[in-house]
Amino acid sequence: MVLTIASKELKALFASPLAWTVLTLVQAVAAFTFLKRLDDFLQVQPQLVQLPSPPGVTDFVVAPLFATVAILLLFVAPLLGMRSIAEERRNQTLVFLTSAPLSTAQLALGKFLGLLFFLLLTLLPITLMPFSLATSTRLDYGLIASLCLGVFLLSAGFAAVSLFISSLTAHPVAAAFGTFAAIVAMILMSDAAGDALRARGWHVPAALVQVFSPMKNFEPLGKGVIDTYAIVCSVLLTLVFLVLAVRRLEGARLRG
Amino acid sequence: MSIEQTATIFARALTRRFGAHTAVNAIDLELKRGEVLGFLGPNGAGKTTTMQMLTGNLAPSAGEVTICGIDLLAEPVNAKRRIGYLPEHPPLYRELTVDEYLTLAVKLHRVPKPKRREAIARAKQRCGISDVGRKLIGTLSKGYQQRVGIAQAIAHEPDVLILDEPTAGLDPNQIRDIRVLVRELGGAHSVILSTHILSEVEAICDRVQIMHHGRVVYADTIAALKAFHSGRTILLGLRRPPEPSALERVAGVTRVERLDANLFRLQLAASDPTEQLVALCVQKNWGLYQLSSAQTSLEDVFVNLTQ
Repeated sequence: MVLTIASKELKALFASPLAWTVLTLVQAVAAFTFLKRLDDFLQVQPQLVQLPSPPGVTDFVVAPLFATVAILLLFVAPLLGMRSIAEERRNQTLVFLTSAPLSTAQLALGKFLGLLFFLLLTLLPITLMPFSLATSTRLDYGLIASLCLGVFLLSAGFAAVSLFISSLTAHPVAAAFGTFAAIVAMILMSDAAGDALRARGWHVPAALVQVFSPMKNFEPLGKGVIDTYAIVCSVLLTLVFLVLAVRRLEGARLRG
Repeated sequence: MSIEQTATIFARALTRRFGAHTAVNAIDLELKRGEVLGFLGPNGAGKTTTMQMLTGNLAPSAGEVTICGIDLLAEPVNAKRRIGYLPEHPPLYRELTVDEYLTLAVKLHRVPKPKRREAIARAKQRCGISDVGRKLIGTLSKGYQQRVGIAQAIAHEPDVLILDEPTAGLDPNQIRDIRVLVRELGGAHSVILSTHILSEVEAICDRVQIMHHGRVVYADTIAALKAFHSGRTILLGLRRPPEPSALERVAGVTRVERLDANLFRLQLAASDPTEQLVALCVQKNWGLYQLSSAQTSLEDVFVNLTQ
């Protein structure tokens, strides 16, 4: 049942020109970044060799590539996720799903997975780009794996936020802006909030605030450090917003 | 077996409040297998809200709903398997083809995989859309879209069918086809049909319920309605009409309504004084040129109760 909804979402995304446009642009920007960094690396390589512990090609080229992808996700996730509930409301097709014998949790999870699959499909060609260098140099596969994990967790988190904001409104564009605002707010404020709480001596709330700092949780993975706390926080962010989305959908049934 | 178990739909004291406004006020509803219920009411009476509550799309403020013995509020997923719902605006995905959409509908309604193709084919055949399976729903005409909406409601052979204005926007041929279809479906399933076309209700339904301001103001079987009201209202056309009081004086005439200079609508008591009236018209030379049964009695009931 969840997979039925997920595949319907995926089909709906592929049917929309917006999704293909986004897909193309993301690939273009990522490819440009990759090639530019590679070019820089090749130019700087003679000087790097003289350093005691020079950054390898993976550090220099691949890590910034994924950092760019993380920034791109910030724009892409709201645009792709805006229609998940909002457009169904606007076209009055949400009743088709709420009349069907499936629970609200199944519905929300199905939509989330559909969106996540699409985001991962967007990222797939980008993750393959570093492997094009595999024949001519030694890549740090550990770092690449860590980067992939980081971007995956980021996608899941943003997808969950997008789903929740979409469930609040019947206007997809409002949902897109709302998601973008929510994610930016989280990125900007959570570091400051965490520091303020720590300064007052409230370490536990400061630690909990990290759940809402997606970029802070991406940082260690971006350097190749598998920080389990950061991973757990990313997963929790996803779960929190999924639960909120389910509650919102249930609430709509109660409130009318 | 208790009433809740023999009925396919059973609702008691169903209420819905939106803030201070009570949209649906403690209505009772009961439908047995094979019955077709006509659900009438002026716009704003609470029909759509009631239907939303019966299909689990809206939680009631009070009351209970049972579908085939299953409590809709306690076991919504189980109960919804037995419901087919066509809302006022058919919930169609314009970017899907008819086949894709119906496949999605049967999957969501948990039709077992081996039976899906057959279920879709049968639904399409019954709704007359067999030849548009591969067209995008967005490219179909309104009539065909309406039929696709009905097809998704019946594809999984639900015990209960709730149709909100299923013939809206259809041409007379299509309306006739849908009426035949609903009458046929009423044989094996229970159907609640909401419509504004009273002749449709008289033609298809077994029972009728009229809602007004959130309450049920009339509930009875069509048979009883016809038996009770037949011959009670007649239209009299007179070329040289007298004063209405002259007609009122005839024994058995309970009310005279002058529709225009020559046309009167008379409400008659059970004693049916039509013969005496005709004799009087001839005797007094009023020039009787028309004597007919008045418009549908259901319309009279509706108008009387909802004004």
